[in-house]
Amino acid sequence: MRDASGHSESPGLDEVAGGSWISNWLDSRTGYRALVRSALYERVPGGARWRYVWGSTLVFAFMTQVITGLVLWASYSASAQTAWESVYYIQYEMTGGWLLRGLHHVMAQAMVVLLALHVMQVVIDGAYRAPREVNFWLGLVLMMLVLGMALTGYLLPWDQKGYWATRVATNLAGLVPLVGPSIQQLVVGGPDYGHHTLTRFFALHAGFLPATLVIFLVLHLTLFRKHGLHAKQPITKPDAMFWPDQVLKDAVAMLAVMAVVLGVILMPALRAILAGEPIVPGHLGAELGAPADPSEPYAAARPEWYFLFLFQFLKVFEGWGATGEFLGAIVVPGATLGIMFLMPIFGQWKLGHRFNIVFTIAILAGAGLLTAMALHEDYYALWADRSAFADVEKLIESTGGDDEKIFAALGHDKEKLNVFTNRREKLEAIRRSEAFLAAVKQAARDSSRAVELAGRPEKIPSTGALSLVRSDPLSQGPKLFAQHCQSCHAHIDPTAENAEEVFAKSSAANLFEFGRESWVRGLLDPKRVGGAAYFGNTAHKEGDMVSFVCEDFTDEDEWKQDDKEAVIFTLVAESGLLQGTGKKGTGRKKVIKRGQGLIADTDRCGSCHPYRDNETELGYAPDLNGWGSEEWLVGIITDPTHQRFYPDTNDRMPRFGVASEGGLQALSNKQIKLVSQWLRGSWYRPAVHSQASSVRDHP
Amino acid sequence: MTEQLSEDSAEQETRRRSFLAGVVAVLCGGLATLPPVVAAVWAFLDPLQRSSGAATFLPLTDLTNVPADGQPRQFPVIADRVDAWTGYQAEPIGAVYVKRDEGTERVEVLSATCPHAGCFVELDNAAGCFRCPCHNSSFTLDGGIVAPSPSPRSMDSLECEVSKAGAVSVKWQNFYTGIEDKVARK
Repeated sequence: MRDASGHSESPGLDEVAGGSWISNWLDSRTGYRALVRSALYERVPGGARWRYVWGSTLVFAFMTQVITGLVLWASYSASAQTAWESVYYIQYEMTGGWLLRGLHHVMAQAMVVLLALHVMQVVIDGAYRAPREVNFWLGLVLMMLVLGMALTGYLLPWDQKGYWATRVATNLAGLVPLVGPSIQQLVVGGPDYGHHTLTRFFALHAGFLPATLVIFLVLHLTLFRKHGLHAKQPITKPDAMFWPDQVLKDAVAMLAVMAVVLGVILMPALRAILAGEPIVPGHLGAELGAPADPSEPYAAARPEWYFLFLFQFLKVFEGWGATGEFLGAIVVPGATLGIMFLMPIFGQWKLGHRFNIVFTIAILAGAGLLTAMALHEDYYALWADRSAFADVEKLIESTGGDDEKIFAALGHDKEKLNVFTNRREKLEAIRRSEAFLAAVKQAARDSSRAVELAGRPEKIPSTGALSLVRSDPLSQGPKLFAQHCQSCHAHIDPTAENAEEVFAKSSAANLFEFGRESWVRGLLDPKRVGGAAYFGNTAHKEGDMVSFVCEDFTDEDEWKQDDKEAVIFTLVAESGLLQGTGKKGTGRKKVIKRGQGLIADTDRCGSCHPYRDNETELGYAPDLNGWGSEEWLVGIITDPTHQRFYPDTNDRMPRFGVASEGGLQALSNKQIKLVSQWLRGSWYRPAVHSQASSVRDHP
Repeated sequence: MTEQLSEDSAEQETRRRSFLAGVVAVLCGGLATLPPVVAAVWAFLDPLQRSSGAATFLPLTDLTNVPADGQPRQFPVIADRVDAWTGYQAEPIGAVYVKRDEGTERVEVLSATCPHAGCFVELDNAAGCFRCPCHNSSFTLDGGIVAPSPSPRSMDSLECEVSKAGAVSVKWQNFYTGIEDKVARK
């Protein structure tokens, strides 16, 4: 049978397609029936089997990545100021964005698992043997391309997790002899990480790698069709056709893969429903960390779980320096891959085939073991009992960790020392794990705060979300405080369980809720003013303020209860943190006026403190005008020896905002402002929480 | 005869099973492909849910900057703007021509966007008219169409208010281009 175009067709195909005039017309122009036929009616020796589904599920997974990836591309913007921001928009603001990104993210992981299964099936079945060697090599190239896409995709959200993990990966690439540094610079897009790292990674992830993958996939499938399916021996069942028998199994497997992927995405929603909590779509699917910040350490940095074994493997070579890293990151993985490329050659012999199977299983088992080890190290503190090592901790503390002293304390008993060293290592492991878990928690807090800030009605400034985080008192305050203030000052709720313990260790006042009613009440409480939470551990322990509160302020003839309340109320009013104290309108004004009179009175507070127009000279005691306000706090942190504060009686507090000529301030003016705002609890709160939130809702 | 029948029925059974397997395979494959397709379409259609919000009056200039000489003057429209994830504060978001005729207090505001295809209409002082550089639409200084013109309608006038103190504000809107009627975009 020959149609008008002279195209020859095998008889019977009309029947297959129904033979309508449209299909006849289309077929005469395209020859699609022959194509469909050759695609579907492939002989499967020994019948359809579940073990043949992995290749198809991989193609399905790749198609899912293409579909979701293209639409993600339509909303993604690759630059250091817009990558995180656009991903935030996809995840939290775009309709269905969470599902789109979730599918892309989880399917990428599923693909790695499917790859492992596919390789295993091919090796165990000996499907790499002649004449299918080239196809096996093509498959290995495909595997590397998929892993390359996983690696490059991890960076694209430009969050802390992806940024730090990728820094490690690119630094390792720099270890390749001779060309390493050049490779690194080419991949990173310059000497440093930035816009070009993202544009290049994106071009690799969405352009070069998938395009190459498609080419190799076409070759892989063409050769697969050329040689036919390699049947698992021995063949016990009659042959079947690819359609519909094997297609059915493939389709069921695809559905199962999709069900697992959806299950992973929707699991938190199920948990929320069970816990009776509202479902936040943005929290489903893929997570988004805080925006990448090269100046912010990120102890929770780990590669994606399927690269965790490589991360752990590098630890094997700890102490070997750059040589070790070169061995662990390049030589050994390279050699492994090299052996895999040689598998079809080895497989010609029965022994070689057995070696290949053992090798593949060993690699997968080794990777599994290394992954388990990495997870065990990271999460060790969750099940380890640190209190069981209290004696070890005590001995280290009392000896300052000095080996000689420890040996002496153990009575120079070598056996005891061995036991001790062993237990000390375990304690160290717990400590490292605790640090990691704390870092993970901190990362989660940073991430949700960044998302909260990005969701403000004003949206993200054009300078990017990082600038938003860097100018956020809630994000920066605790870090700056820990770094610069915590060596003396405590910042802990006095009602907390370990508060007294923390106060005892601190050498300056507790600044929790500074400027608020609770803090002022403590300051003017004779039982507390001389305690560790206020002046107890300072040079002012026996100073005039403590004796004033303990003696004068308790004198009920001199200070009526109403007067005391008025002073407290007025001081809080000076700090501008009166909200929630009850009094409003004229009542409030009256009390403040009375309090102002009492504070300014030169027979009362005003005898030492300058306030309003009481003409008390600056310099003896801190100025109470605007006490506790942001401006006042900025002033005292900048220079506590300023006339307004403690020009002669400053007790060890550094001048954070004053620098010697040519030097740098310990804290920049912006940082001082951030600490002050954080201490005062003044930071952005989303509208829904604003009424309920207080200074207590800080981390 | 019986053998023939049983062979036929066996073949029928195989065909029936094949058909069923095919249907189930298509169903499973379709179902598996559904989530990415749904997510992709759902997210891709997101822009249809966005609107630029209700038109509001934005401060434009002071009356003293618009002399009553019948001569249009160009002013930028300044407003806060949100572009997907980025928020811009007090940024030029468009331009208008403002004119006050001799001896009147009445202020007229014309959008600088050409109603033909959305190009920026320029003021041709020498010719005493507005001219669009893209397709040569011309308009009188009142915004009226100068025939023949590719523009289907006159320049779009915008509502404006002048406060007692002399602050001129404009109700900023964009209109669909290329049609005879002036229909505001949402």
